[in-house]
Amino acid sequence: MKWKKIEEQFFKALMILSTVVIVASFFLIVGTIVSKGLPSLSWEMLSEIPTGDFYMGGEGGILNSIVGSMYIAVGSSLLALLISLPVVIYINLYLKKSSWMGNLTRLGYDVLFGMPSIVYGAFGFTLMIYLGMKASLLGGIIAVTLLIIPIMVRTMDEVVRSVPKELFEASYSLGATRYETAFVLLKQVAPGIFTAILLAFGRGIGDVASVMFTAGFSNDLPQSLQDPASTLPLAVFNQLSSPVEEVQARAYGAALILTIVVLLISISARMMSKRLSKNKI
Amino acid sequence: MTIATPHISVQNLNLYYGDHHTLKNINIDIPDKKVTSFIGPSGCGKTTLLKTFNRLHDSSLEVRVEGKVLLDGENIYDKNAEVTSIRKKMGLLSQRPFPLPMSIYDNIAYGPRIHGEKDRHKLDEIVERYLKDVALWPEVKDRLKSPASRLSIGQQQRLCLARGLAVEPEIILGDEPTSALDPKSTQKIEELFLELKEKYTIVLVTHILRQARRVSDYVAFVYNGEIVEFGPTEELLLHPKEKLTQDYVKGFFS
Repeated sequence: MKWKKIEEQFFKALMILSTVVIVASFFLIVGTIVSKGLPSLSWEMLSEIPTGDFYMGGEGGILNSIVGSMYIAVGSSLLALLISLPVVIYINLYLKKSSWMGNLTRLGYDVLFGMPSIVYGAFGFTLMIYLGMKASLLGGIIAVTLLIIPIMVRTMDEVVRSVPKELFEASYSLGATRYETAFVLLKQVAPGIFTAILLAFGRGIGDVASVMFTAGFSNDLPQSLQDPASTLPLAVFNQLSSPVEEVQARAYGAALILTIVVLLISISARMMSKRLSKNKI
Repeated sequence: MTIATPHISVQNLNLYYGDHHTLKNINIDIPDKKVTSFIGPSGCGKTTLLKTFNRLHDSSLEVRVEGKVLLDGENIYDKNAEVTSIRKKMGLLSQRPFPLPMSIYDNIAYGPRIHGEKDRHKLDEIVERYLKDVALWPEVKDRLKSPASRLSIGQQQRLCLARGLAVEPEIILGDEPTSALDPKSTQKIEELFLELKEKYTIVLVTHILRQARRVSDYVAFVYNGEIVEFGPTEELLLHPKEKLTQDYVKGFFS
């Protein structure tokens, strides 16, 4: 009896410790970024593009990177959603359970899921050379789309697979086709779909390796899909590599902006998914 | 036992679950506008049999069906059979109620809508009529727009019944439809079945012998994938011919 109690206490303590580590590291990271980034954060930084000697301590801001990141993350999230959603519906509603095609698809995106993002960058780069494209916004969007499709498909597939089969049966037994049933399914899993988009967006906006070669770099705002574009992670990277201390400090400002963007998206998606889940069974 | 005008006629039906021979040479005629119950121990295949009637096994790769199920004389397993129109003819009540993830109103309107009804007034009428048919109308008429998931489980089951009726089926399939319900809700559903059999053919899977006795006109005893005995309720439950049926209805095994 006594031993059981010790066991219980011991493992409870272990779990509390792990939880504290997670929460503490969250606050430590956010704290570091805020304390180091906040002083260098200014309206100028948010609203202006870098001047020529920005990385050596000159005037300007990182508007180019903010805009570039938003374009790439939003564009690739939409593009990835357009591809992922049909895949998930197809393998779950149209293919029979554990068909070889479904299994192959799942194996495929599981492998792609674990692929480092530099591989997508390299693949995108090869693709661009083959197509005769220059490093551009479009190139970046394509590379990031490739990177986040597996994340989206996998997350959505998990959600859809957890839907009880009785829901499908209920719809089918009313004489609904699989296409009509897909809309019922989407209503049921809407919050999960949102989470999937959010995860993919977060990965897309924060990734450096996939856009380094494909999106290129520019101090200007991209005017078209063919223009090269900078991204926030790239801005952080470039400024941190500067020998000038002031510029290094600004890197934390850029990191703070990146964190705030992700946080805002995350919070609004959470609120959205709450509203969407009111009909969920 | 022969039925003069069967609504569903199962002929030499075999069903395999992978290597497992789940339903063995089933032959049964389901009479029109009567309640027929399938009784038998868990895992005997009664639910599997029920689901062959509206081809709900279609989406599993492991299931193979041989033989015929004639609905009004037409084989639903025919290559040219239209599966959605077959299913439209049968309302299904599952073990646990599964409202669609939408409002009470939309749950009922869903079926008519997918079959082409767009007129708002007609849909309003349909919703009201079938909610009244299942005696749910007084309880929900002021909150038709609220999510169906907020209803109690007994109300949800009646909603699911109304949803099934709204596509104007000929047959109601009930897969232990009261097993998740409290006694009062169970009683309501049973009373509904007795009313509904005026207009519909009802096939019920149940493991509650008293329920089979209360609501059904005919009972089939299913055991180990076979129909052991089929007959009028009183006869089968009180004077079974087969030894196996006797043992089951006396409660020697369940």
